[in-house]
Amino acid sequence: MSENLVEARGLTKKFDDFVAVDAIDFDIKKGEAFGFLGPNGAGKTSTMKMITTVSPITDGKMTVFGLDPNTQGRAIRSRLGVVPQEDNLDLELTVAENLFIYGRYHDMKKSEINPRIDDLLDFAQLSERRDSRVEPLSGGMKRRLTIARALINDPDLIILDEPTTGLDPQARHLLWDRLYRLKRDGATLIITTHYMDEAEQLCDRLVVMDEGRIVAEGSPRQLIDEYAPREVIELRFQEGEKDGAALKLEGIANRSEILADRILLYTDDADTTQERLHNRGIHPEQVLVRRSTLEDVFLKLTGRRLID
Amino acid sequence: MTTLARSLRFAESEVIAYRRTWRGTVITSFVNPVLFLAAMGAGLGSLVDDGAGELGISYLAFVATGLLAASAMQNGAGDGSFPVMAGILWRKNFHGTITTPIGPAEIIYGRLIWGLARLTFVLVVFAVIAVAFGAIDLGPALLAIPPAVLTGLAFTTCITAWTLTQEDGRSLSTLFRFLIVPLFLFSGTFFPISQLPDYIEPIAYATPLFHGVELVRKITLPGADGSIVTGIPLWAHLVYLVAMLLIGLYLSIRLLDRRIRP
Repeated sequence: MSENLVEARGLTKKFDDFVAVDAIDFDIKKGEAFGFLGPNGAGKTSTMKMITTVSPITDGKMTVFGLDPNTQGRAIRSRLGVVPQEDNLDLELTVAENLFIYGRYHDMKKSEINPRIDDLLDFAQLSERRDSRVEPLSGGMKRRLTIARALINDPDLIILDEPTTGLDPQARHLLWDRLYRLKRDGATLIITTHYMDEAEQLCDRLVVMDEGRIVAEGSPRQLIDEYAPREVIELRFQEGEKDGAALKLEGIANRSEILADRILLYTDDADTTQERLHNRGIHPEQVLVRRSTLEDVFLKLTGRRLID
Repeated sequence: MTTLARSLRFAESEVIAYRRTWRGTVITSFVNPVLFLAAMGAGLGSLVDDGAGELGISYLAFVATGLLAASAMQNGAGDGSFPVMAGILWRKNFHGTITTPIGPAEIIYGRLIWGLARLTFVLVVFAVIAVAFGAIDLGPALLAIPPAVLTGLAFTTCITAWTLTQEDGRSLSTLFRFLIVPLFLFSGTFFPISQLPDYIEPIAYATPLFHGVELVRKITLPGADGSIVTGIPLWAHLVYLVAMLLIGLYLSIRLLDRRIRP
């Protein structure tokens, strides 16, 4: 029987008249990597801030570790590891000092903290930078240090808000590799992201958020199977030819999406659809066949793309 | 952990950070007060003492005691302004801190504890230098430290509260230009309040540094007469400064909570 670390019912966050989070329900089980996928402004960060008890709940109910965030915030926070969207490392201090301070905040003894710092720097691949100042480190190194800092208290739940935003592809993959290792070792992770590949790679289960609401829930595979046909054909046209082609698409695929720069055709059988394109005299400049992704799920559910 | 222990943990992190940044504070904390002491007390003082000599004590002693309180104000105001804006806006360390068991109140208490330690150190150094100048005796100089520290901390808490209402750092230098500098000049630091026009005197009584300066002088210069200090009782100055500290503390905690836990 799996235990829920977080349970939310009708969870709501308002800022004056603006509803950032609109009565959402979700459960996060022990040992899973749970994702909140959605574009910027969907309410993901507001939800994270309520879970980490640094933003009061406007309405609804939530428990974290069975505790009430309004009255037992401190007890909750002592068991959390938080990686905020924006790095707030102390740039003037050294790598090790940044970890040390958080160890002290978590009431650890100096003798406990120092060996822990060694392990965490090893994990974050920053051992050689132990005594360097943080400021000159690369973006990827700073993120890894922020993750190491979140692990100092050996948390029961790790919350990562947009962990790889702003990183180059190589740094992202290195970071994902570290997060896989945490998963493998049984950690419970909450990850928010607006990158569908990140959600697909890391999350066991996720909710898709849009405008403060949850619009779908499931594993990445389930969501794709449920909301998007197996394959997608992406068509790009020469200047001015797209609109003409768009008129001739009736019945050619399960569904089509006409975007600013291309047309997407959703189909269970790409070969047949391509044949039909040819028969109808549609000749795109470029054709790309790929498998459906969470991006397509999001497009189907909201009519918009994840990243504008 | 108790509230005190958590506040101390935050103070500890400020000490670790200060080890990297103390150089930037040396001029305002130590060098400037000493320059003022040399120029005003020793330099200008020789002129003043040769003149009317109404004070009954050396002008150097008068200025040194005034500067002790004024220096406490400047350091205290400094602690309440730029580091607080840094915590919420530039270093952003307050935001990270509140995701741990440390809360906003403990950030404020922790800063106050750290401010207490730093102010005490800065003022002891100043007092020792004033003694070396021959301005005052060591015993009274050390007795004046606690009231001077109280003056500084009263500024710290009130200015922390004010800083927390500001959008960004632009207004902070305005504060120093239009509040701290006039207080520095017109609170009895360099000349007795009684020299001010009669209709301005009551305004001076209402300002905080005046009470700090009076308190320090009444303790360090026991023989001082009406030409140097007013007849306001000691306890009134204490009540004023303690009330200022507590009101500032209460507002700081509330405002910080509202600012970083939206």
